[in-house]
Amino acid sequence: MSIEVHGLTKRFGNFLALNRVSFTVNQGELLALLGPSGSGKTTLLRIIAGLENPDSGTVLFDGDDATEQSAKDRGVGFVFQHYALFRHMSVFENVAFGMRVRPRSQRPLESEIRRKVNDLLALVQLDYLGDRYPSQLSGGQRQRVALARALAVEPKVLLLDEPFGALDAKVRQELRRWLRRLHADIHLTSVFVTHDQEEALELANRVVVMNEGKIEQDGTPEEVVEHPATPFVVNFLGNVNIFHGRVQAGKALLGPLAIEYPEHPHSEARRAAGYARPHELDLRRSEDGGGLWATVTDVRIVGAFVKIEVADGDGQRLQVELGREQYDGLRVTLGERLYVKPKRVRVFTSE
Amino acid sequence: MLPEVLSNDPYTAVAVRAPRPQQDPAWIRWALISAMLVVVGVLIVVPVIHVFAQALVGGVGVYWNNLFNDPDTLHSILLTLTVAPAALVANLIFGVAAAWAIARFKFPGRTVLTTLVDLPFSVSPVVAGLIFVLIFGRQGYFGPFLRRDGYSIMPYLISFLGVGLLFALYVLFRPINPRERRGLWNHPRLVGLVGGAAVFGLLVFLQQYFELWPRNESLRIIFATPGLILATAFVTCPFVARELIPVMEATGADEELAAVSLGANGWRMFWRITLPNIKWGLVYGIILCNARAMGEFGAVYVVSGHIAGQTDTMPLRIEKLFQEYNLPGSFAVASVLTLLAILTLIVRSRLETDVHSRVSVAKPQATGAQR
Repeated sequence: MSIEVHGLTKRFGNFLALNRVSFTVNQGELLALLGPSGSGKTTLLRIIAGLENPDSGTVLFDGDDATEQSAKDRGVGFVFQHYALFRHMSVFENVAFGMRVRPRSQRPLESEIRRKVNDLLALVQLDYLGDRYPSQLSGGQRQRVALARALAVEPKVLLLDEPFGALDAKVRQELRRWLRRLHADIHLTSVFVTHDQEEALELANRVVVMNEGKIEQDGTPEEVVEHPATPFVVNFLGNVNIFHGRVQAGKALLGPLAIEYPEHPHSEARRAAGYARPHELDLRRSEDGGGLWATVTDVRIVGAFVKIEVADGDGQRLQVELGREQYDGLRVTLGERLYVKPKRVRVFTSE
Repeated sequence: MLPEVLSNDPYTAVAVRAPRPQQDPAWIRWALISAMLVVVGVLIVVPVIHVFAQALVGGVGVYWNNLFNDPDTLHSILLTLTVAPAALVANLIFGVAAAWAIARFKFPGRTVLTTLVDLPFSVSPVVAGLIFVLIFGRQGYFGPFLRRDGYSIMPYLISFLGVGLLFALYVLFRPINPRERRGLWNHPRLVGLVGGAAVFGLLVFLQQYFELWPRNESLRIIFATPGLILATAFVTCPFVARELIPVMEATGADEELAAVSLGANGWRMFWRITLPNIKWGLVYGIILCNARAMGEFGAVYVVSGHIAGQTDTMPLRIEKLFQEYNLPGSFAVASVLTLLAILTLIVRSRLETDVHSRVSVAKPQATGAQR
């Protein structure tokens, strides 16, 4: 099922949680809502699920208006951030709940319920835990029970709120891979909320980056990484070095950097900022233009690459990442002066 | 497994024997403990024993006679066992509704409601009793009318409540999705006004036709059982709500929302998710509320009128016997009330140990099961 969202606005008192948000989720897509806390992503997810009412705007499921529909009739599987498992019910009963509360005429037979719950528990690899209570499970197991419970009602859409937020790093990695395989198998339209850019890029077919109740960018993971639409997206998707300055007459003058900027050929100056990621900066021993001289202040070897901190003439710190081999070839020592050459700078002008 | 671990680890063994560095001198500890024992003994243990000793001072036969061969005393016991549960039911419904409203929703007047729930705690019970006398008593606002022709309002009152209940059900079961609404589901105002009027008329007619209520007779609220129930319910009203609000706030709304998103309607969500989660809070609330309701004296004293064999509850009966210098009789009734209180405490501590043992059993299973 496809989801369309048009002009959603939601206020909590004076706080504008969502500001006319519109986007579409296509059938079978796995979409990530990515943003810092307070960006409105969870509110958006809850409105799609019907757990929250928008002040204005519409939610369409397959083109039908579902804005006024109650959560119970939407056919949406929702996985809560802290799982919200029913603590007084066994794992089996948790998963069976959605089938047991159907009106009598639509309720499956007991044998049918049993078969289906066991199938689902096998799908999430927990079929041996049916008699346990939620308090007796680990975080990752609870997460999977919550997923099985949401899938038990055969939802047309699966919504996940920070699905891996409360898990430790290793379990998170495992579950991430597992969820991607699961999505490839059952191909259910899914939306998940996360503040972890790595998770969003690794898992999703499409990423919607949100900030302060608005959508900053909507695109494939590759588009978001390679062609960030706004300075916010650049900043949020990882460490970045910022050079403040101006653009004028086809050139960008960003502090110590001067590079070509044909997008602004006019003679009047405009404030601008250049962004370069640590791995987009190169270190050399000789000057060859388009860069700046800086002093090495810190070197950290982190596995396959090396993090180097340098300070330019004004004392501004820059982060550089070099491959291990390049670092070995260069033989960087603390305190020496090297030439920093950006391989790529993204320039955003401020209106 | 545990002893082995201890013997293998010299530090634990030492730590167990070593005195706590900031432990107070022995004489302070003993002084505090004995002071506590004296206070508990003087204030609690001795009086309780004394109640039973006084009650049984003439022997078991006299005790039995005092309790069961005095019709007024017997009636007072039965009256208390009627009034307390009735007040309890009223407070149960009010308490759950109020706690739900306060813990789950933000609405104008929420803080006012929170404060109002606590009002009976701060108002003196005697004042509470006087309020009811002022409203329903002979010289009160409704008093003259109730005395002249009290039961004539009953058909209207019952019909009004009935219509209200039916309309609440209509709103509750009305499909939220406009496209699922057919026929009368689309016309809430029509149903409310026309249907409400029709049902109201029908209910009034039926009650008049079958002469359900005696005509031209005064309905007594003050100096009668309804007044006792009203006063007791007012005084004990905070107990259930006060127990439930923190429990519901701690549980959070997520499980309820999960139930709704899985397709449960409000009714099923309440019975299958909300109620099991607040079960223990509810049980404690009932126990406390019941204990207070049985022992209530002040408010009941004002509204009862002390008609022996009619409106004397157990605490009032005790006071009356005491004033009549019938000490053994008074203490006999007191011993029954004390027994009921002790019974309540036993049930409560029993429930507490049950909960604790269940939790502590669950934990080792959880760790053992991870592998």
